[in-house]
Amino acid sequence: MDLTEAVLITIVTASTPLLLAAIGELVVERAGVLNLGVEGMMIVGAVAAFAAAYGTGSATLGILSGALAGVALSLLFALFAVLIATNQVATGLALTLFGLGLAGLIGEPFVGKPGLRLDALPIPGLSAIPVIGPAFFTRDVLVYLSFILVVGVSLFLARSRAGLVLRAVGENPEAAQNLGYRVRLIRIAAVAFGGACSGLAGAHLSLAYTPQWAEGMTGGRGWIALALVVFATWMPSRVFLGAYFFGAIAILQLHAQAVGLGLPSQAMTALPYIATIIALVLLSRDAILLRRHTPAALGRPYVPVR
Amino acid sequence: MRLEVSLRGERGLLLDTLSALVALAVTVAIAGLIFAALGADPLAGLHAFFLSPLLDAWSLQEVAVKAAPLILIGLGLSLCYRANVWNIGAEGQFTAGALLGSVPAVLFPDWQGPLVLPAMLILGMVGGMAYAAIPAFLKVRFRANEILTSLMLAYVALLVLDYLVRGPWRDPMGFNFPESRLFTGDQRLLRLVEGTRLHAGLLLVVAAVPLVWFVTRYTLAGFSLRVIGEAPRAGAFAGFSRARITYAVFAACGALAGLAGILEIAGTVGQLRPVISPGYGFAAIIVAFLGRLSPLGVAMAGLVLAVSYIGAEAAQVSIGVSDKVARVIQGTLLFSVLACDALARYRLRLVTTPAGAPAAGE
Repeated sequence: MDLTEAVLITIVTASTPLLLAAIGELVVERAGVLNLGVEGMMIVGAVAAFAAAYGTGSATLGILSGALAGVALSLLFALFAVLIATNQVATGLALTLFGLGLAGLIGEPFVGKPGLRLDALPIPGLSAIPVIGPAFFTRDVLVYLSFILVVGVSLFLARSRAGLVLRAVGENPEAAQNLGYRVRLIRIAAVAFGGACSGLAGAHLSLAYTPQWAEGMTGGRGWIALALVVFATWMPSRVFLGAYFFGAIAILQLHAQAVGLGLPSQAMTALPYIATIIALVLLSRDAILLRRHTPAALGRPYVPVR
Repeated sequence: MRLEVSLRGERGLLLDTLSALVALAVTVAIAGLIFAALGADPLAGLHAFFLSPLLDAWSLQEVAVKAAPLILIGLGLSLCYRANVWNIGAEGQFTAGALLGSVPAVLFPDWQGPLVLPAMLILGMVGGMAYAAIPAFLKVRFRANEILTSLMLAYVALLVLDYLVRGPWRDPMGFNFPESRLFTGDQRLLRLVEGTRLHAGLLLVVAAVPLVWFVTRYTLAGFSLRVIGEAPRAGAFAGFSRARITYAVFAACGALAGLAGILEIAGTVGQLRPVISPGYGFAAIIVAFLGRLSPLGVAMAGLVLAVSYIGAEAAQVSIGVSDKVARVIQGTLLFSVLACDALARYRLRLVTTPAGAPAAGE
C-alpha cells in the first residue's frame, strides 16, 4: 500500500461523518428549519453508538443506537422549534449545549475503554480497482450509506413529488398549507431525518474514525457540517465535494504535523476552522448567489394560520 | 386533534419574570428526575446541587467568583441578541482578552507599580474587542454568518492559548508544566477581604450591570439597537445603520468578555494555563436568555448558573453523582426558558375540530 492510497483511505474516513451530518442538515434546511444542534446530536450519537457496541459486542446495534439517539434529540428540537415555535437559533444552541453535557455524562464510564471497529465490507469487483478500490469500495457500511444518501437525497429533492412538497414547505409554508400539506408534520419528519444522519455521523466517529470514546470527540465537526450546507448552496452534490474537501484538509494537516513543517501543531489543528471561515466568506460575498439558493423560509418559525 | 398556536397580546416585565421563575422551577423538577435516573436520592441531590452552595461562606464566595465572568459575558451577549446578532463565540473573546491582558505580566515580569493592572485590564478589553471585531467585519463586509464564524474563532483562540502556554509563554522555572509564570504583586487584583478569593474585579462586575442598563435604556445607541433588533425595517427608515450596530454590539460584547477573561486570570487563576474556563462563554448564552436579555436579569441568572457549577461539585462529593451533570442541567435550563418564553408569547391549545374547519365565533 503506497502513501497516496493510505492518505486517500483516511480522507474518506474523515469525510464520512461530515458528509452524513451535512446531508441530513441539508434536508432539514430545505424544509425551512435551521437546526444548530448538529454538534449535540452528533456527540450523543457517538456515545450511544459506542456504549451499545461496547455493551452488546454488536456494531450493528451500535449504529442503530447512534441513529436512534440522534432522532431522539432531534425530536426534542422539533417539539420546541416546530410545535411551539421557539426561536430556532436559540433552540439549536440549547440542543448542542444539552447534547454535549449529556454525552459527557453518559460517556464517563467508557473513557479509555477499547472500542469496536466497523468491519470493512469489500464490494466485489469495484474493490479490485487500484487506489480507488481500497479507499472507496473496501469500507464499512456507513461509508456506503453516505454515498447512497447523497444520491438518494439528490433524487428525492429534485425528482420526487414528496421532495417538491418538502421544498415548498421550506420556501413558502403558508402556500404549502393552503394546498393542504401538513407543514409542521413535514418539518418534524425532516428534522428527524437530520437527527438520524447526525447520529450516524457520530456513530462513524466512535466506531470507525477513532474507535473509542473521548469527551468532546466531535471537536466542532457538527458546526463544520452546518457551514458545509451553506457552502454547498443547499445542493447535495456540492455537499459531497465540500465534505471531501474538509476531510482532506483534516487529514493533510495531520500528515503535515507528522512531517513537521516547523509550524506549531496547534496552527495545523486550527486549519479546518480557519478554512471554514475562509470558505464561508468566499461564498457569502456573492449576495445574489446566496439569496437565490437559501430556502426562503429558513429559520422562520411557522405558526399555522386558521 | 391538533395543536393550535396563536399570539397572546402584551408581554411585560411581570410575565417575563414569571416565565423565568417557572423555567427555573421546571428545571429543578427535571434535575430531580435526572438525579433519580442516576440512582441517587433526588431530594438529597437537589439539596446538594441548588441549596448547599448558598449555605456556607466558602461556597458563597465561590459562587460570586464564578458568577463574575458569567455576568460580564452574559451582559455582552444580551446586547448582541437584542440586536439579533448571534454571537456565540464569547469563549474566544474571553480567551483573547485573557491573552492580550496577560502580555504585561508575561513579557515584562518585573513591571510593578500602579499602572500595571490598569494596563492589563485595558489590554484585556481591547483583546476581546479586537477578536469580536473579526466576525463583525466578516458579517458586515461579506455577509458571512456570524454564528459559524464566531464559533470557529473560539476554537482558534483556544488553540492559540494552548500554543502560547506550551511554547513561548511557558514559565522557564515551571518544571516544564504548560503554564505561564505566576503573576505577582501589582499584577494581581487586590483581595476585597483578606483570606478569601473575592477580588476587586467583582466591583467592576457590580458596576457593569447598571452601566449596561443605563446605556440600553437611556441612550440613543441603546434605543437604536432595540429598534434594529425588533423591527429592522423601521430601524432602517429611522436611519439606524445595521452595520454600525453590528460592530457596536460585537465590540461591546468582546470588551466585556475580554474583561471577564483578564479578571479571571489576574483575579482568580493568577497565571495562564491550557484551560482557563469551564465553558463560561457558552454557559453565558444561557445566562443571557434566562436573564431575559435585561441587565438585572442577567446578573441574577449569572448567579444561578454559578450555583450550578458549585452545586455540581457539591453533589459529586455528597451523593457521588458526576459533576458532569452540571452541563446537562444547564442545557435543560435553556430548554425550559425557551419553552416558558414561547408559552408566555403564544397561546397553545388542543382542538378536536378537523384542520381547516372554521372555529366557533369566527
